[in-house]
Amino acid sequence: MKLSYLKALNRALGDAMADDPAVFLLGEDIRVAASSLTAGLLGRFGPDRVLDTPLSEQAFTNFATGAALAGMRPVIEFQIPSLLFLVFEQIANQAHKFSLMTGGQCKVPVTYVVPGSGSRTGWAGQHSDHPYSLFAHVGVKTVVPATPADAYGLLVSAIRDDDPVVVFAPSGALGIRDDLDFGTLVPVPLGVGRVARPGSDVTVVALGHLVQDALSVADELSGVGISVEVFDPRTVYPLDVDGLTTSLARTRRLVVIDDSNRTSGFAAEVLAVAAERCEFDSPPRRVTRPDGAVLPFALALDRAVQPGRDHLVTAIHAVLEKS
Amino acid sequence: MTRDLYRTVRLIRRFEERAIEFVRSGEIVGGIHPYIGQEAVAAGVCAALRPSDVITSTHRGHGHVLARGADPARLLAELMGRESGLNKGRGGSMHAADFGLGILGANAIVGAAGSIATGAAWAHRRQGRDTVAATFFGDGAMNEGMLLEAFNLAALWRVPVIFVCENNGYATTMPVASAVAGSITGRARAFGIPAFTVDGQDPEKVLAATASGVDRARAGKGPTFLECTTYRFDAHHTFEHRTRLTYRSTEEVSAGWSRDPVEIQGARVAAAERAAVDAEVEALLDAAAGSALGSAHPDPAAALEYLYASPEVMR
Ligand SMILES: Cc1ncc(C[n+]2csc(CCOP(=O)(O)OP(=O)(O)O)c2C)c(N)n1
Ligand SMILES: [Mg+2]
Repeated sequence: MKLSYLKALNRALGDAMADDPAVFLLGEDIRVAASSLTAGLLGRFGPDRVLDTPLSEQAFTNFATGAALAGMRPVIEFQIPSLLFLVFEQIANQAHKFSLMTGGQCKVPVTYVVPGSGSRTGWAGQHSDHPYSLFAHVGVKTVVPATPADAYGLLVSAIRDDDPVVVFAPSGALGIRDDLDFGTLVPVPLGVGRVARPGSDVTVVALGHLVQDALSVADELSGVGISVEVFDPRTVYPLDVDGLTTSLARTRRLVVIDDSNRTSGFAAEVLAVAAERCEFDSPPRRVTRPDGAVLPFALALDRAVQPGRDHLVTAIHAVLEKS
Repeated sequence: MTRDLYRTVRLIRRFEERAIEFVRSGEIVGGIHPYIGQEAVAAGVCAALRPSDVITSTHRGHGHVLARGADPARLLAELMGRESGLNKGRGGSMHAADFGLGILGANAIVGAAGSIATGAAWAHRRQGRDTVAATFFGDGAMNEGMLLEAFNLAALWRVPVIFVCENNGYATTMPVASAVAGSITGRARAFGIPAFTVDGQDPEKVLAATASGVDRARAGKGPTFLECTTYRFDAHHTFEHRTRLTYRSTEEVSAGWSRDPVEIQGARVAAAERAAVDAEVEALLDAAAGSALGSAHPDPAAALEYLYASPEVMR
């Protein structure tokens, strides 16, 4: 059966709701499923478990924290990635801090899902951010699945996890379809990466929609005798350090492609972790958005500030030449 | 004024209809939030302002920008991401701005601009000018804390700002009755702001209500709140043309069309004059389309130009 990434997220929500009556959904226009994430769930689970909210993101994010403190497992859909900026206080300073600050008296199992993170063609400056590195920085568990199976498995695990988890579903990945037997869909543990393609010359670390780009670059370069290993950490925080270092022990060369802004972004963290633990045959490289990137509206400009295949190829050649 | 208001609503209507065509043909990438049905609000509010006044706008902002006098050719070029656009193609539909006309920008974050307008109006007055700000937002924005906080600041500090709520009945698919507890005007009154409900399909009524608010503001008496009841005739966003969300009935939409602001104002203009205005608007929009389509695409090498106002310190 063909399963799309978006449909896999939808299936994960349905399965999580069927498994656990404490799971319920909150968000804007989720009853009509404007984004399709929640399609069919109102009919299946009823209005008590699929709540359309007024445009009051800060309130409903803390509302979810309150519901979680009282025993529920809320899942919030945010229509656009920048809403995470609006509710950063509620996630980073409230939901994330309760467990420690109360001396472990409570837990806050809220899941925040953004179906369509990163650039959406034509949505311009205030709707095109990809702030997963920010959540990693404050230590909120954060996942960016790349495939339909991982979208399913990581969302299920996020909902079952007892802490707040942010799930970024990149708009560039929503349409990916894979041939899958639904019986093979299983939870994917948080914090465990996967080798998306084995190789021996260089490790390319890629997340989310960029995994496809990394795989196609790997294909292309295999034609000229370069063997690229693609490592998909799947979880931004906590990072699968063992998976990363195991790969690097084999290849001794590293390129990270990351849809974050450069300074203090995810790629910077991967490079730092690798530098602390691994030996390299050449200095590692990163391909990212530029510092401070605001995505300009005009399409060619939007594309120009996103990390892409050409940049990746150049970086791979650079780490190979320097060895 | 009767004729001018008609020209404004007609210009906005035809601009939006043509823009939707350009979305369909792919010249406008990403789509737009059409203002069709709500034209009387922008026309009436902006007609009550002076050239030195300022406005902020929303994701559904083309009408506000045009009513404020922006060049349709440059707005259209912006929607097409061209160099001659109001924002040099950097902003697109949801960020159109023309500071020369006091348009401090459309804003893609619901509820965000109300406090920006409040701060701007306060600063103008602080600097000895009698500028008034008008800030547009939807019924959905009435539930954003940051907008309610702006009401408080504006009332406390007697800021010359007109809060214009365009109540079109829905926030995307969420009906206002399911979203707003109490009443919209009641919220403004709770802060001591005089609040009025106005027929937002009639540009003359909107103009009259805005004009008295503007007088109050200029006289140093602080903010006024207008709830303009209106109806969005078209999609929330052009993506809806493809997805067909079923949150309102076709009967409801036809009932909305029965109070078409273009017809309401058009009926006040003599037939020959109306025809002349229509022809002038078509010619203007033909020229705008030609100009926008002929404008250069920005150079990708300059993608981050304008990122900083003081770029010297950057590497
Ligand atoms: C803070 C915020 N929440 C959600 C969105 C997504 N969104 C864009 S427009 C819109 C509906 C706005 O409704 P309303 O304020 O009534 O304006 P209308 O669209 O009806 O003109 C939503 C939910 C957003 N842009 N910003
Ligand atoms: Mg509305």
